[in-house]
Amino acid sequence: MIEVENLTKRYGDFTAVKEINFRIEKGEVIGFLGPNAAGKSTTMRIITCFMPATEGTVRVDGYDVFDDSMEVRKRIGYMPENVPLYTEMSVKSYLHFMAKIKGVPRSQRNNRVDEVINACGLDNFRNRATGKLSKGYRQRVGLAQALVHNPQVLILDEPTIGLDPRQIIEIRNLIKSFGGDHTVLLSTHILPEASMICNRIIVINEGKIAGTVGLMDGKVINIQHEGAERVDLEKLGNIHLQVKGNTEEIIDQLKAIENIDDVQLTHYEDKVGFYNITHEMGSDIRPQLAKIIIQNGSELMELRPMEMTLEDAFLELTREEVVGV
Amino acid sequence: MKNAPTIFLREMRNYFVSPIAYVALIVFTLLTGYFFAAYFNMATRYEGEANLRMLFHNMSITMLFLAPLITMRLLAEEKKSGTIEVLLTSPVTDAEVVIGKFAASMAMFIIMLILTFLCPLFLMIYGNPDIVPMIVGYLGLILLGGAFMSLGVVTSSLTDNQIVAALISFVMLLGLWVIGWMSTTVGSQVGKILSYISLMEHFDDFSKGVMDTKHVIYYISFTVFCLFLAIKSVQSAKWK
Repeated sequence: MIEVENLTKRYGDFTAVKEINFRIEKGEVIGFLGPNAAGKSTTMRIITCFMPATEGTVRVDGYDVFDDSMEVRKRIGYMPENVPLYTEMSVKSYLHFMAKIKGVPRSQRNNRVDEVINACGLDNFRNRATGKLSKGYRQRVGLAQALVHNPQVLILDEPTIGLDPRQIIEIRNLIKSFGGDHTVLLSTHILPEASMICNRIIVINEGKIAGTVGLMDGKVINIQHEGAERVDLEKLGNIHLQVKGNTEEIIDQLKAIENIDDVQLTHYEDKVGFYNITHEMGSDIRPQLAKIIIQNGSELMELRPMEMTLEDAFLELTREEVVGV
Repeated sequence: MKNAPTIFLREMRNYFVSPIAYVALIVFTLLTGYFFAAYFNMATRYEGEANLRMLFHNMSITMLFLAPLITMRLLAEEKKSGTIEVLLTSPVTDAEVVIGKFAASMAMFIIMLILTFLCPLFLMIYGNPDIVPMIVGYLGLILLGGAFMSLGVVTSSLTDNQIVAALISFVMLLGLWVIGWMSTTVGSQVGKILSYISLMEHFDDFSKGVMDTKHVIYYISFTVFCLFLAIKSVQSAKWK
C-alpha cells in the first residue's frame, strides 16, 4: 500500500531523513517509533504530499506522491501533530467542510459526517466549537477529520501526545479498531503504546531505519536489523544465566551443548558472570544447562528464560546502530 | 477550481465570526459617510458639482488602511495554527486555496462598497448627478480593491504573523500609491515607468468617470500577477 524507496530529505545542510526504504501492506497497523527529531514527522509529511522529497520515491496504492499527488491525497487521511483545527467552527460544520474538500459526494456527506461523529464518540459535541473542546476531544475531531472520506490509508502523527491516561486508552482502542479496513501508519515515541496498537514497528533513529519489529498481541515475534536477515523469535529463545566460576571454561562447555546458538558474557561482577544464551526453540535445555554447570564445579546463581519485550528489541536495534557507526 | 467555492464560503463565515469584518465595515461606512457629508455640505453651500469624485478618492485612501486588515489573516493564520497542513494535504490545489481566499476578501470589500450606496442615493435625491460616472467610479474602486486584496494575499502567504503580514502589505500599498510622486524629479523615462506602476495614477480617470481600458488592464494584470505570486509562495513554502 505504501512503498518508500531511497527516501532522502535535506533541509539545507541538515539531513532529516537519509535513504530510507520500507513497504507497508494493506491492512497493517504500523508504528513509527523513534526519539524526537528522528525524522518521523518528515517522512509522514512526504507521504502525505505536504512536502516533496529531496531524493527517492514514495508510492501510495501505486501512485507517486509527486506525479499523482491528487490521487494519493484522496487515499490518505492525515492527522498532523498537535491536531490543528479551525477553532471557530463547530465539530459538525468543520467535518462537513473537510468532507467537502476531500471530495465526498454531496449525497453521502451527511451520512459520512454522522458516521465518523459516532465512530469517534463525538455525539454530544457536534454543535460545540472545536476550539472549546478538551484536548482529548480535539484529538477525536482530528481523527474524525482524517476518516471522513473513508481513506484507505490513515497517517497519524503522535495521536496520543498530551492526553490523560484514560483518553490515551480510548484513542488507542479507536485506532486499533481501524486496522484491517484501513492501513494505518502512526508515529509515537512511547514503547508500550506501539506494542499495544501495532502489528509491526519501524524503528527510526537519526533519519535512518534501524530495523523492524514484528508484534503479535503485544509480544515481539520477530526482529530485523536494517539490511540483515529477519530473526524469528518463535524459533529462537533466550536464557539469562548467572554463574560463579571461570568464564572461559563455562562458555566453552555451554557452547558444546546441542541447540545452543550463542553464548555471550554480558556482565561480570564479584566472580559472577552474567550470560545471555541464544538457543533454538523445541526441547527445553534448562535441565541440561544446570547439570553441566554443576558437574563442572561452578555455582549456579540464576537461570531464567527471557522473553524479548519491545523495549529490549528497541534497545538492541538502536544499540547496533551506534556500534555500526 | 471546484474546491475554491468551498474555501470561499469557509473564509466568509470566518470573517463574520471574528470582529474584523464588523470593525472594517463600521469604520469604512462611518468614514465614507463623514467624507460625503462634509463634501455635500460644502458643495451645496458654494454651488459645487453634484458628483462623487472627491468621495471616491477618499474611499480609496481609506481602503489603503483597511485592505491589509481584511487580508492579513487569510494564509498567515492557517500557517500559525498549522491548519494549512491539513488543507494542503487534502485533494485541493494551491490555486484553489489562493483563489478561494482572495474571492472571500473581495466579497468582503464589495459588501463594504454596497453599504456606501447611500451616498449616491442621497445625491440623486437632492441633486441631479450623472449616473454613469458614479458607476464607473465604483467599478474603479472594485478594480483597485482587487489589486489591494491580491497584494494582501501575497504578504499573508509570506509569514505566519498576521501583524507582520498587515504591516508589509500596508507599506507596499502605500509605496505603490505614492511612487508616482517622484516621476517629475527623476528622468523622463524612469518617471514614466514610476507613474505607470503607481496604483493611484490609474485610479484618477475612474474617479472622474472616465473608463479607459489601459487602466482596467493595469489593475487586472496587477491582480493576476499578485495571485500568481501568492500561489507560487504557497507552493514554495513546502520546498524548503
